[in-house]
Amino acid sequence: MDKVTRLVSENGLVLFSKSSCCLCYALKILFQEVGVTPTVHELDQDPEGREMERALMRLGCNVPVPAVFIGGKLVGSTNEVMSLHLSGGLIPLLRPYQSISN
Amino acid sequence: MDFPSTQFVPSRAMGTYEPIHQIGMWGENFKSISNPNISASVIVDVANKLENESETTSHEMLVPSSKHDQEASKPFDKIQRRLAQNREAARKSRLRKKAYVQQLENSRLKLIQLEQELERSRQQQGLYVGGGLEAGHLGISGAVNSGIAAFEMGYERWMEEQNKQICELRSALNAQISEIELRILVESGMSHYFELFRMKSSVAKADVFYVMSGKWKTSAERFFAWIGGFRPSELLKVLVPQIDPLTDQQILDVCNLKQSCQQAEDALSQGMEKLRETVSATLASGQMGQGTYVPQVAMAMEKLEALVCFVNQADHLRQETLQQMSYILTTRQAARGLLALGEYIHRLQALSNLWANHPREPA
Repeated sequence: MDKVTRLVSENGLVLFSKSSCCLCYALKILFQEVGVTPTVHELDQDPEGREMERALMRLGCNVPVPAVFIGGKLVGSTNEVMSLHLSGGLIPLLRPYQSISN
Repeated sequence: MDFPSTQFVPSRAMGTYEPIHQIGMWGENFKSISNPNISASVIVDVANKLENESETTSHEMLVPSSKHDQEASKPFDKIQRRLAQNREAARKSRLRKKAYVQQLENSRLKLIQLEQELERSRQQQGLYVGGGLEAGHLGISGAVNSGIAAFEMGYERWMEEQNKQICELRSALNAQISEIELRILVESGMSHYFELFRMKSSVAKADVFYVMSGKWKTSAERFFAWIGGFRPSELLKVLVPQIDPLTDQQILDVCNLKQSCQQAEDALSQGMEKLRETVSATLASGQMGQGTYVPQVAMAMEKLEALVCFVNQADHLRQETLQQMSYILTTRQAARGLLALGEYIHRLQALSNLWANHPREPA
Protein backbone atom coordinates (compact mmCIF):
# COMPACT_ATOMS: atom_id res chain seq x y z
CA MET A 1 0.00 0.00 0.00
CA ASP A 2 1.53 3.37 -0.90
CA LYS A 3 2.33 5.83 1.83
CA VAL A 4 -0.47 8.27 0.94
CA THR A 5 -3.14 5.59 1.10
CA ARG A 6 -1.72 4.26 4.35
CA LEU A 7 -1.64 7.70 5.99
CA VAL A 8 -5.22 8.61 5.02
CA SER A 9 -6.58 5.28 6.20
CA GLU A 10 -4.82 5.51 9.54
CA ASN A 11 -5.80 9.14 10.24
CA GLY A 12 -9.23 10.74 10.02
CA LEU A 13 -8.08 14.21 9.06
CA VAL A 14 -4.95 14.53 6.94
CA LEU A 15 -3.38 17.61 5.34
CA PHE A 16 -0.58 17.04 2.84
CA SER A 17 1.57 20.13 2.84
CA LYS A 18 5.01 21.58 2.20
CA SER A 19 6.72 23.59 4.93
CA SER A 20 7.47 26.40 2.46
CA CYS A 21 3.90 26.61 1.10
CA CYS A 22 2.01 29.64 2.40
CA LEU A 23 -1.34 28.46 1.05
CA CYS A 24 -0.87 25.25 3.06
CA TYR A 25 -0.19 27.45 6.07
CA ALA A 26 -3.48 29.27 5.45
CA LEU A 27 -5.35 25.94 5.58
CA LYS A 28 -3.58 25.00 8.80
CA ILE A 29 -4.87 28.29 10.28
CA LEU A 30 -8.39 27.54 9.05
CA PHE A 31 -8.41 24.15 10.75
CA GLN A 32 -7.17 25.84 13.91
CA GLU A 33 -10.04 28.37 13.67
CA VAL A 34 -12.64 25.62 13.47
CA GLY A 35 -11.05 23.74 16.35
CA VAL A 36 -9.49 20.69 14.70
CA THR A 37 -5.91 19.42 14.58
CA PRO A 38 -5.19 17.60 11.32
CA THR A 39 -2.36 15.16 10.81
CA VAL A 40 -0.02 17.32 8.78
CA HIS A 41 2.45 15.61 6.49
CA GLU A 42 5.16 17.85 5.03
CA LEU A 43 6.14 16.35 1.69
CA ASP A 44 9.33 18.39 1.43
CA GLN A 45 10.54 16.77 4.65
CA ASP A 46 9.77 13.23 3.54
CA PRO A 47 12.35 11.32 1.48
CA GLU A 48 9.43 9.67 -0.32
CA GLY A 49 7.93 13.11 -0.93
CA ARG A 50 8.26 13.03 -4.74
CA GLU A 51 6.57 9.65 -4.98
CA MET A 52 3.79 10.87 -2.69
CA GLU A 53 3.29 13.95 -4.88
CA ARG A 54 2.78 11.67 -7.88
CA ALA A 55 0.38 9.51 -5.91
CA LEU A 56 -1.66 12.58 -4.95
CA MET A 57 -1.83 13.75 -8.56
CA ARG A 58 -2.98 10.27 -9.59
CA LEU A 59 -5.76 10.48 -7.00
CA GLY A 60 -7.07 13.55 -8.78
CA CYS A 61 -5.32 16.54 -7.22
CA ASN A 62 -4.41 19.30 -9.68
CA VAL A 63 -1.71 20.46 -7.29
CA PRO A 64 -0.13 18.00 -4.86
CA VAL A 65 -0.30 20.47 -1.94
CA PRO A 66 -2.34 21.43 -0.10
CA ALA A 67 -4.41 18.24 -0.21
CA VAL A 68 -7.05 17.48 2.44
CA PHE A 69 -8.45 14.03 3.26
CA ILE A 70 -11.33 13.54 5.70
CA GLY A 71 -12.33 10.04 6.77
CA GLY A 72 -10.02 8.54 4.15
CA LYS A 73 -11.68 10.43 1.29
CA LEU A 74 -10.13 13.20 -0.75
CA VAL A 75 -11.86 16.54 -0.14
CA GLY A 76 -9.54 18.55 -2.38
CA SER A 77 -7.32 21.60 -2.25
CA THR A 78 -7.88 25.16 -0.99
CA ASN A 79 -10.76 25.84 -3.41
CA GLU A 80 -12.75 22.80 -2.35
CA VAL A 81 -12.14 23.28 1.37
CA MET A 82 -13.17 26.95 1.22
CA SER A 83 -16.32 26.19 -0.81
CA LEU A 84 -17.22 23.41 1.60
CA HIS A 85 -16.72 25.70 4.58
CA LEU A 86 -18.83 28.53 3.18
CA SER A 87 -21.63 26.15 2.25
CA GLY A 88 -21.62 24.90 5.83
CA GLY A 89 -20.51 21.42 4.89
CA LEU A 90 -17.06 21.41 6.44
CA ILE A 91 -17.92 21.53 10.15
CA PRO A 92 -20.26 18.49 10.05
CA LEU A 93 -17.51 16.49 8.34
CA LEU A 94 -15.00 17.57 10.97
CA ARG A 95 -17.20 17.02 13.99
CA PRO A 96 -15.76 13.55 14.82
CA TYR A 97 -12.31 15.15 14.92
CA GLN A 98 -13.03 18.31 16.83
CA SER A 99 -10.95 18.46 20.01
CA ILE A 100 -12.93 21.16 21.85
CA SER A 101 -16.67 21.60 21.63
CA ASN A 102 -17.20 24.54 19.31
CA MET B 1 46.40 19.16 -38.11
CA ASP B 2 49.78 17.57 -37.72
CA PHE B 3 52.78 18.51 -39.82
CA PRO B 4 56.34 18.52 -38.69
CA SER B 5 57.89 21.48 -40.44
CA THR B 6 55.75 24.41 -39.50
CA GLN B 7 54.63 25.87 -36.23
CA PHE B 8 51.63 28.06 -35.66
CA VAL B 9 51.12 30.40 -32.78
CA PRO B 10 47.77 31.81 -31.80
CA SER B 11 47.42 35.45 -32.64
CA ARG B 12 46.47 37.54 -29.64
CA ALA B 13 43.55 39.41 -31.04
CA MET B 14 41.65 36.83 -32.96
CA GLY B 15 42.55 33.33 -31.98
CA THR B 16 43.61 32.53 -35.49
CA TYR B 17 46.90 31.01 -36.25
CA GLU B 18 49.84 32.72 -37.93
CA PRO B 19 52.67 30.81 -39.40
CA ILE B 20 55.97 31.97 -37.98
CA HIS B 21 59.46 31.94 -39.18
CA GLN B 22 59.48 28.52 -40.70
CA ILE B 23 58.86 30.12 -44.08
CA GLY B 24 61.92 28.63 -45.51
CA MET B 25 60.90 25.14 -44.56
CA TRP B 26 57.38 25.70 -45.82
CA GLY B 27 58.79 27.08 -49.02
CA GLU B 28 60.98 24.00 -49.26
CA ASN B 29 57.98 21.77 -48.83
CA PHE B 30 56.34 23.50 -51.68
CA LYS B 31 59.39 23.45 -53.83
CA SER B 32 60.08 19.82 -53.23
CA ILE B 33 56.45 18.80 -53.55
CA SER B 34 57.65 15.59 -52.03
CA ASN B 35 54.27 15.21 -50.46
CA PRO B 36 51.88 17.48 -52.31
CA ASN B 37 48.96 16.24 -50.24
CA ILE B 38 50.39 17.59 -47.02
CA SER B 39 50.95 21.05 -48.49
CA ALA B 40 47.46 21.18 -49.91
CA SER B 41 45.90 19.99 -46.67
CA VAL B 42 47.85 22.68 -44.76
CA ILE B 43 46.33 25.35 -46.97
CA VAL B 44 42.86 23.90 -46.63
CA ASP B 45 43.27 23.53 -42.85
CA VAL B 46 44.38 27.15 -42.41
CA ALA B 47 41.49 28.24 -44.57
CA ASN B 48 39.09 26.21 -42.43
CA LYS B 49 40.55 27.71 -39.25
CA LEU B 50 39.96 31.23 -40.57
CA GLU B 51 36.48 30.23 -41.67
CA ASN B 52 35.64 28.99 -38.20
CA GLU B 53 37.17 31.94 -36.37
CA SER B 54 35.56 34.78 -38.29
CA GLU B 55 31.94 35.87 -38.02
CA THR B 56 31.12 36.19 -41.68
CA THR B 57 31.97 34.20 -44.72
CA SER B 58 32.30 37.19 -46.91
CA HIS B 59 36.00 36.76 -47.38
CA GLU B 60 37.38 34.40 -49.95
CA MET B 61 38.13 30.81 -49.14
CA LEU B 62 41.60 29.75 -49.95
CA VAL B 63 41.74 27.50 -52.89
CA PRO B 64 40.82 23.84 -52.46
CA SER B 65 43.22 21.11 -53.30
CA SER B 66 42.06 20.83 -56.88
CA LYS B 67 43.90 24.03 -57.60
CA HIS B 68 46.84 22.82 -55.59
CA ASP B 69 49.21 22.82 -58.52
CA GLN B 70 48.59 26.51 -59.26
CA GLU B 71 49.04 27.46 -55.59
CA ALA B 72 52.16 25.43 -55.24
CA SER B 73 53.81 27.59 -57.90
CA LYS B 74 52.76 31.04 -56.40
CA PRO B 75 55.21 32.76 -54.05
CA PHE B 76 54.56 32.30 -50.36
CA ASP B 77 54.09 36.09 -49.88
CA LYS B 78 50.87 36.13 -51.82
CA ILE B 79 49.40 33.47 -49.59
CA GLN B 80 50.61 35.38 -46.56
CA ARG B 81 48.98 38.56 -47.81
CA ARG B 82 45.73 36.77 -48.60
CA LEU B 83 45.66 35.29 -45.11
CA ALA B 84 46.28 38.73 -43.59
CA GLN B 85 43.52 40.28 -45.68
CA ASN B 86 41.09 37.58 -44.60
CA ARG B 87 41.97 38.09 -40.99
CA GLU B 88 41.47 41.82 -41.34
CA ALA B 89 38.09 41.33 -43.03
CA ALA B 90 37.00 38.95 -40.29
CA ARG B 91 38.08 41.38 -37.59
CA LYS B 92 36.20 44.28 -39.18
CA SER B 93 33.14 42.08 -39.55
CA ARG B 94 33.19 41.20 -35.86
CA LEU B 95 33.51 44.86 -34.88
CA ARG B 96 30.57 45.78 -37.11
CA LYS B 97 28.44 43.08 -35.55
CA LYS B 98 29.36 44.23 -32.06
CA ALA B 99 28.36 47.81 -32.91
CA TYR B 100 25.06 46.62 -34.36
CA VAL B 101 24.19 44.55 -31.31
CA GLN B 102 25.04 47.50 -29.06
CA GLN B 103 22.70 49.68 -31.09
CA LEU B 104 19.91 47.11 -30.79
CA GLU B 105 20.32 46.93 -27.02
CA ASN B 106 20.14 50.72 -26.74
CA SER B 107 17.01 50.85 -28.88
CA ARG B 108 15.41 48.18 -26.73
CA LEU B 109 16.13 50.14 -23.55
CA LYS B 110 14.72 53.27 -25.15
CA LEU B 111 11.56 51.39 -26.11
CA ILE B 112 11.09 50.17 -22.55
CA GLN B 113 11.52 53.72 -21.24
CA LEU B 114 8.98 55.05 -23.75
CA GLU B 115 6.47 52.38 -22.74
CA GLN B 116 6.87 53.32 -19.10
CA GLU B 117 6.40 57.01 -19.87
CA LEU B 118 3.31 56.23 -21.89
CA GLU B 119 1.86 54.28 -19.01
CA ARG B 120 2.65 57.11 -16.61
CA SER B 121 0.97 59.73 -18.76
CA ARG B 122 -2.10 57.54 -19.20
CA GLN B 123 -2.33 57.34 -15.44
CA GLN B 124 -2.07 61.09 -15.11
CA GLN B 125 -4.77 61.70 -17.66
CA GLY B 126 -7.14 60.69 -14.90
CA LEU B 127 -8.34 57.30 -16.04
CA TYR B 128 -8.39 56.61 -12.36
CA VAL B 129 -8.92 59.08 -9.56
CA GLY B 130 -5.66 59.43 -7.65
CA GLY B 131 -3.34 57.40 -9.90
CA GLY B 132 -0.76 55.37 -7.99
CA LEU B 133 2.89 56.05 -7.40
CA GLU B 134 3.47 52.53 -8.66
CA ALA B 135 2.85 53.73 -12.23
CA GLY B 136 6.56 53.88 -12.89
CA HIS B 137 7.08 50.32 -11.73
CA LEU B 138 4.52 48.63 -13.92
CA GLY B 139 5.53 45.56 -15.80
CA ILE B 140 7.52 46.40 -18.86
CA SER B 141 6.98 43.47 -21.16
CA GLY B 142 4.54 43.92 -24.01
CA ALA B 143 2.46 40.98 -22.84
CA VAL B 144 1.95 42.49 -19.39
CA ASN B 145 0.99 45.89 -20.78
CA SER B 146 -1.47 44.45 -23.25
CA GLY B 147 -2.97 42.21 -20.52
CA ILE B 148 -3.52 45.26 -18.35
CA ALA B 149 -4.79 47.36 -21.27
CA ALA B 150 -7.25 44.61 -22.18
CA PHE B 151 -8.45 44.41 -18.59
CA GLU B 152 -8.94 48.18 -18.33
CA MET B 153 -11.01 48.26 -21.48
CA GLY B 154 -12.95 45.26 -20.29
CA TYR B 155 -13.59 46.89 -16.93
CA GLU B 156 -14.92 50.06 -18.56
CA ARG B 157 -17.41 47.92 -20.50
CA TRP B 158 -18.15 45.95 -17.35
CA MET B 159 -19.03 49.14 -15.43
CA GLU B 160 -21.31 50.32 -18.24
CA GLU B 161 -23.12 46.99 -18.23
CA GLN B 162 -23.25 47.06 -14.43
CA ASN B 163 -24.94 50.49 -14.42
CA LYS B 164 -27.47 49.28 -16.97
CA GLN B 165 -28.29 46.23 -14.86
CA ILE B 166 -28.66 48.34 -11.71
CA CYS B 167 -31.19 50.56 -13.47
CA GLU B 168 -33.10 47.52 -14.71
CA LEU B 169 -33.17 46.02 -11.21
CA ARG B 170 -34.40 49.28 -9.74
CA SER B 171 -37.31 49.62 -12.16
CA ALA B 172 -38.08 45.89 -11.92
CA LEU B 173 -38.39 46.08 -8.12
CA ASN B 174 -40.57 49.19 -8.32
CA ALA B 175 -42.79 47.67 -10.97
CA GLN B 176 -44.45 44.33 -10.27
CA ILE B 177 -42.68 41.98 -12.65
CA SER B 178 -42.99 38.20 -12.45
CA GLU B 179 -40.82 35.99 -10.31
CA ILE B 180 -39.31 34.41 -13.41
CA GLU B 181 -38.30 37.73 -14.95
CA LEU B 182 -36.81 38.86 -11.67
CA ARG B 183 -34.94 35.57 -11.38
CA ILE B 184 -33.41 36.19 -14.81
CA LEU B 185 -32.22 39.63 -13.73
CA VAL B 186 -30.70 38.20 -10.56
CA GLU B 187 -28.93 35.45 -12.50
CA SER B 188 -27.53 38.06 -14.93
CA GLY B 189 -26.31 40.13 -12.04
CA MET B 190 -24.54 37.16 -10.46
CA SER B 191 -22.99 36.09 -13.78
CA HIS B 192 -21.80 39.61 -14.28
CA TYR B 193 -19.78 39.51 -11.07
CA PHE B 194 -18.42 36.06 -11.94
CA GLU B 195 -17.29 37.53 -15.26
CA LEU B 196 -15.32 40.19 -13.36
CA PHE B 197 -13.60 37.50 -11.30
CA ARG B 198 -12.62 35.70 -14.51
CA MET B 199 -11.18 38.91 -15.93
CA LYS B 200 -9.22 39.50 -12.73
CA SER B 201 -7.86 35.97 -12.77
CA SER B 202 -6.64 36.54 -16.30
CA VAL B 203 -4.84 39.81 -15.60
CA ALA B 204 -3.42 38.39 -12.33
CA LYS B 205 -1.45 35.95 -14.46
CA ALA B 206 0.02 38.87 -16.40
CA ASP B 207 0.68 41.15 -13.43
CA VAL B 208 -0.48 40.13 -9.97
CA PHE B 209 0.71 43.42 -8.49
CA TYR B 210 -1.70 45.25 -10.74
CA VAL B 211 -4.58 43.28 -9.21
CA MET B 212 -3.23 43.77 -5.68
CA SER B 213 -3.00 47.52 -6.22
CA GLY B 214 -6.62 47.81 -7.36
CA LYS B 215 -5.54 50.50 -9.82
CA TRP B 216 -8.68 50.19 -11.91
CA LYS B 217 -10.83 51.22 -8.96
CA THR B 218 -11.44 54.57 -7.32
CA SER B 219 -9.50 55.60 -4.23
CA ALA B 220 -12.29 54.95 -1.69
CA GLU B 221 -12.85 51.47 -3.15
CA ARG B 222 -9.12 50.81 -2.77
CA PHE B 223 -9.23 52.01 0.82
CA PHE B 224 -11.52 49.11 1.71
CA ALA B 225 -9.76 46.53 -0.45
CA TRP B 226 -8.61 43.18 0.89
CA ILE B 227 -6.33 41.09 -1.34
CA GLY B 228 -7.43 42.81 -4.52
CA GLY B 229 -11.15 43.30 -3.88
CA PHE B 230 -13.91 43.68 -1.33
CA ARG B 231 -13.82 41.73 1.92
CA PRO B 232 -16.78 39.31 1.82
CA SER B 233 -17.69 39.53 5.52
CA GLU B 234 -17.67 43.35 5.36
CA LEU B 235 -19.97 43.22 2.39
CA LEU B 236 -22.38 40.99 4.25
CA LYS B 237 -22.45 43.45 7.14
CA VAL B 238 -23.28 46.30 4.76
CA LEU B 239 -25.89 44.52 2.66
CA VAL B 240 -27.84 42.30 5.05
CA PRO B 241 -29.69 45.21 6.74
CA GLN B 242 -30.90 46.21 3.25
CA ILE B 243 -32.53 42.85 2.72
CA ASP B 244 -34.77 42.86 5.81
CA PRO B 245 -37.01 41.20 6.76
CA LEU B 246 -35.35 37.78 6.97
CA THR B 247 -36.82 34.61 8.39
CA ASP B 248 -35.25 33.07 11.48
CA GLN B 249 -33.70 30.33 9.37
CA GLN B 250 -32.28 32.91 7.01
CA ILE B 251 -30.84 34.92 9.88
CA LEU B 252 -29.14 31.77 11.17
CA ASP B 253 -27.82 30.85 7.72
CA VAL B 254 -26.48 34.34 7.09
CA CYS B 255 -24.87 34.35 10.53
CA ASN B 256 -23.12 31.04 9.80
CA LEU B 257 -22.03 32.29 6.39
CA LYS B 258 -20.59 35.44 7.94
CA GLN B 259 -18.65 33.41 10.49
CA SER B 260 -17.29 31.00 7.86
CA CYS B 261 -16.28 33.98 5.73
CA GLN B 262 -14.43 35.58 8.61
CA GLN B 263 -12.59 32.35 9.37
CA ALA B 264 -11.63 31.86 5.74
CA GLU B 265 -10.52 35.51 5.46
CA ASP B 266 -8.40 35.14 8.61
CA ALA B 267 -6.76 32.04 7.20
CA LEU B 268 -5.94 33.77 3.91
CA SER B 269 -4.75 36.94 5.68
CA GLN B 270 -2.38 34.96 7.87
CA GLY B 271 -1.18 33.01 4.84
CA MET B 272 -0.44 36.36 3.14
CA GLU B 273 1.46 37.51 6.22
CA LYS B 274 3.50 34.30 6.10
CA LEU B 275 4.19 34.97 2.42
CA ARG B 276 5.47 38.46 3.22
CA GLU B 277 7.74 37.06 5.94
CA THR B 278 9.05 34.38 3.60
CA VAL B 279 9.79 36.77 0.73
CA SER B 280 11.39 39.27 3.10
CA ALA B 281 13.57 36.62 4.75
CA THR B 282 14.65 35.26 1.37
CA LEU B 283 15.43 38.70 0.01
CA ALA B 284 17.43 39.65 3.10
CA SER B 285 19.43 36.41 3.31
CA GLY B 286 23.17 36.52 3.05
CA GLN B 287 25.29 39.56 3.68
CA MET B 288 24.03 42.88 2.41
CA GLY B 289 26.28 45.68 1.28
CA GLN B 290 28.47 44.09 -1.37
CA GLY B 291 26.08 44.88 -4.17
CA THR B 292 25.69 41.26 -5.26
CA TYR B 293 22.22 39.85 -4.79
CA VAL B 294 21.04 38.10 -7.91
CA PRO B 295 20.44 34.70 -6.24
CA GLN B 296 18.44 36.23 -3.38
CA VAL B 297 16.26 38.20 -5.77
CA ALA B 298 15.71 35.14 -7.99
CA MET B 299 14.73 32.98 -5.00
CA ALA B 300 12.43 35.69 -3.63
CA MET B 301 10.68 35.91 -6.97
CA GLU B 302 9.97 32.17 -6.91
CA LYS B 303 8.33 32.57 -3.51
CA LEU B 304 6.35 35.56 -4.73
CA GLU B 305 4.62 33.40 -7.37
CA ALA B 306 2.35 32.19 -4.56
CA LEU B 307 0.74 35.66 -4.54
CA VAL B 308 -1.23 34.72 -7.65
CA CYS B 309 -2.74 31.79 -5.71
CA PHE B 310 -3.80 34.08 -2.89
CA VAL B 311 -5.43 36.58 -5.21
CA ASN B 312 -7.33 33.75 -6.90
CA GLN B 313 -8.38 32.32 -3.53
CA ALA B 314 -9.65 35.73 -2.39
CA ASP B 315 -11.77 36.08 -5.55
CA HIS B 316 -12.97 32.50 -5.10
CA LEU B 317 -14.12 33.44 -1.60
CA ARG B 318 -16.03 36.46 -2.97
CA GLN B 319 -17.67 34.31 -5.61
CA GLU B 320 -18.66 31.63 -3.09
CA THR B 321 -20.13 34.25 -0.75
CA LEU B 322 -22.32 35.66 -3.52
CA GLN B 323 -23.32 32.16 -4.52
CA GLN B 324 -24.27 31.11 -0.99
CA MET B 325 -26.28 34.29 -0.46
CA SER B 326 -28.24 33.55 -3.62
CA TYR B 327 -29.15 30.14 -2.15
CA ILE B 328 -30.19 31.56 1.23
CA LEU B 329 -32.28 34.45 -0.11
CA THR B 330 -35.51 34.58 -2.08
CA THR B 331 -35.39 36.01 -5.59
CA ARG B 332 -36.77 39.33 -4.43
CA GLN B 333 -34.30 39.56 -1.56
CA ALA B 334 -31.42 38.66 -3.88
CA ALA B 335 -32.54 41.39 -6.28
CA ARG B 336 -32.60 43.93 -3.43
CA GLY B 337 -29.16 42.69 -2.35
CA LEU B 338 -27.67 43.15 -5.81
CA LEU B 339 -29.23 46.58 -6.11
CA ALA B 340 -27.84 47.59 -2.71
CA LEU B 341 -24.39 46.27 -3.69
CA GLY B 342 -24.44 48.27 -6.92
CA GLU B 343 -25.48 51.42 -5.11
CA TYR B 344 -22.85 50.92 -2.39
CA ILE B 345 -20.15 50.81 -5.06
CA HIS B 346 -21.60 53.97 -6.63
CA ARG B 347 -21.46 55.72 -3.25
CA LEU B 348 -17.83 54.70 -2.83
CA GLN B 349 -17.04 56.07 -6.28
CA ALA B 350 -18.88 59.29 -5.50
CA LEU B 351 -16.90 59.60 -2.27
CA SER B 352 -13.66 59.22 -4.24
CA ASN B 353 -14.78 61.88 -6.67
CA LEU B 354 -15.83 64.26 -3.95
CA TRP B 355 -12.56 63.75 -2.14
CA ALA B 356 -10.56 64.43 -5.29
CA ASN B 357 -12.41 67.67 -5.96
CA HIS B 358 -12.74 68.85 -2.40
CA PRO B 359 -10.69 72.01 -1.81
CA ARG B 360 -8.17 71.52 0.90
CA GLU B 361 -6.16 73.86 3.11
CA PRO B 362 -2.81 74.64 1.51
CA ALA B 363 0.03 73.02 3.49
